[in-house]
Amino acid sequence: MFNEKVILMLLEGIRDTLYMTLVSTLIGYLVGLPFGILLYVTSEKGLHPNKIIYRVGDFICNVIRSIPFLILLILLIPFTRLIVGKSYGSTATIVPLVICAAPYIARVVESSLNEVDAGVVEAAKSMGASNAQIVFKVLLVEARISLLTGFTITTGLLLGYSAMSGTVGGGGLGDIAVRYGYYRWQTDIMLVTVLLLILIFQIIQNVGTKIATGLDHRKR
Amino acid sequence: MSEIEIRNLTKRFEVENNTVTALRDISLVIEKGDIFGIIGMSGAGKSTLVRTINYLEKPSEGQVFIDGTNLAELTERQLRKKRSEIGMIFQNFNLLEQKNVIDNVCFPLEIAGVKKKEAKKRAKELLKTVNLLEKERAYPSQLSGGQKQRVAIARALATDPKILLCDEATSALDPQTTASILKLLRQINENMGITIVIITHQMSVVTEICKKVAIIDNGRLVEEGLVEKIFEAPGSDAAKELIAGKDMRFSPLQSMDAERKIRIVFRDNSAYEPVISNLILKYQAPVNILKADTRNVGGKAIGEMILGLPEGEDLQKDIIAHLRDSGLLVTEVKEDV
Repeated sequence: MFNEKVILMLLEGIRDTLYMTLVSTLIGYLVGLPFGILLYVTSEKGLHPNKIIYRVGDFICNVIRSIPFLILLILLIPFTRLIVGKSYGSTATIVPLVICAAPYIARVVESSLNEVDAGVVEAAKSMGASNAQIVFKVLLVEARISLLTGFTITTGLLLGYSAMSGTVGGGGLGDIAVRYGYYRWQTDIMLVTVLLLILIFQIIQNVGTKIATGLDHRKR
Repeated sequence: MSEIEIRNLTKRFEVENNTVTALRDISLVIEKGDIFGIIGMSGAGKSTLVRTINYLEKPSEGQVFIDGTNLAELTERQLRKKRSEIGMIFQNFNLLEQKNVIDNVCFPLEIAGVKKKEAKKRAKELLKTVNLLEKERAYPSQLSGGQKQRVAIARALATDPKILLCDEATSALDPQTTASILKLLRQINENMGITIVIITHQMSVVTEICKKVAIIDNGRLVEEGLVEKIFEAPGSDAAKELIAGKDMRFSPLQSMDAERKIRIVFRDNSAYEPVISNLILKYQAPVNILKADTRNVGGKAIGEMILGLPEGEDLQKDIIAHLRDSGLLVTEVKEDV
């Protein structure tokens, strides 16, 4: 059963899963982090309140987040094809993953920044700090543990979503599980992919938690 | 020129379609080198007032002048520069939890664009001033409240400010730590010539360290002057209440008591005479000591006492006259203080 071919396929599956998860998390943060900062800054109690910008951002965030990922995956097929050239395979899956992740990340970032003590922000203001300095030297630094925890959770979420994309030919471990477990009734291979997904998830979560605890100077 | 001048300042807040007036028509002058207390009950508006001094809160009406400069006329950038010349410390210290002590002290310098090496050097000097050099690598979570406030003071002084604003800086500290922080503030005032504005609800803080005091009640400035004078003869109800403390707010039961009450203040050498004993011996009548306290006001021992007088209007008049003749300040204490 587990001949060389299957093992090779599983290894490729791991590679593709990690590729999709990590790349979409990183690109997701490139979009979501500034988006989250924007939401924080323009919110009512933010550094530079702006009702219109906040409401538009808030609306976009909610709309995308209210679409189930599987439907988003299908909805975005024309768009994905436009960007990547095809609508199946790991690289193509990154497009809907990023679009799904970005507003989620924005919310996670916004809530992390909201956790920073308003008094500390006020202290920085009293020192003459500009809003940009407050964001980069105070908020992102003080919220870094919470941001890292958010990053870990997001990576875990995208790991799951990348597996979900297997149903429409997304590649990776999820794809293998669907093809062998669902279409061919080869439960053993499906179980192995599930175990591999659990293992990867555990590694991501543990590494994330370790780094966060190690960097935290609040309690020791 | 005065260091800080507040002119006809009014501050309103919009809260859920309601307008709340936090401060009404306040004018105040604080001279260079002063230690100036602003005292009031919580909710009186004093924290808002101190935030208008560095324009963290912009006045709805009126102006704030720092060293002659009207803050309203500054651009955003100039205002930030001005703020860096005004240090501020807070009740909750507001240190950066993820930075160690020395990096916290360096932080305002980093914001001002000072080179790292220079900033560290300056930070070390300041940590020496506040007596915390050995803690430079510690993180705020490893420090006690008093130590945190010392770090905050060092941080506030990093940019060499001319003014230091203290917003309830000792309210989260125990009495001993409060005393040591106040001592440090006085040293800073004397050695560096920094004007210090202290916001507090504790009269003991004002009498301990301030030369002048302003009393804020319900958003208004109700009394202002030398601490000594106000302590001896408070004019406003708010001042009386702050001096007497919460225990002296008479309960309805007590106010049914017809006993006449007076407050006497001992100054200078009158504090050493056995005034009450002499009084009792002379009139052969009992007086009831309801409260007695001695406080250090600007380095002088000032005693205060609340007396319940014996019945008989003539006797009461005589006793008051006698006390006044002995060089004491006597004021009537009304039940509804």
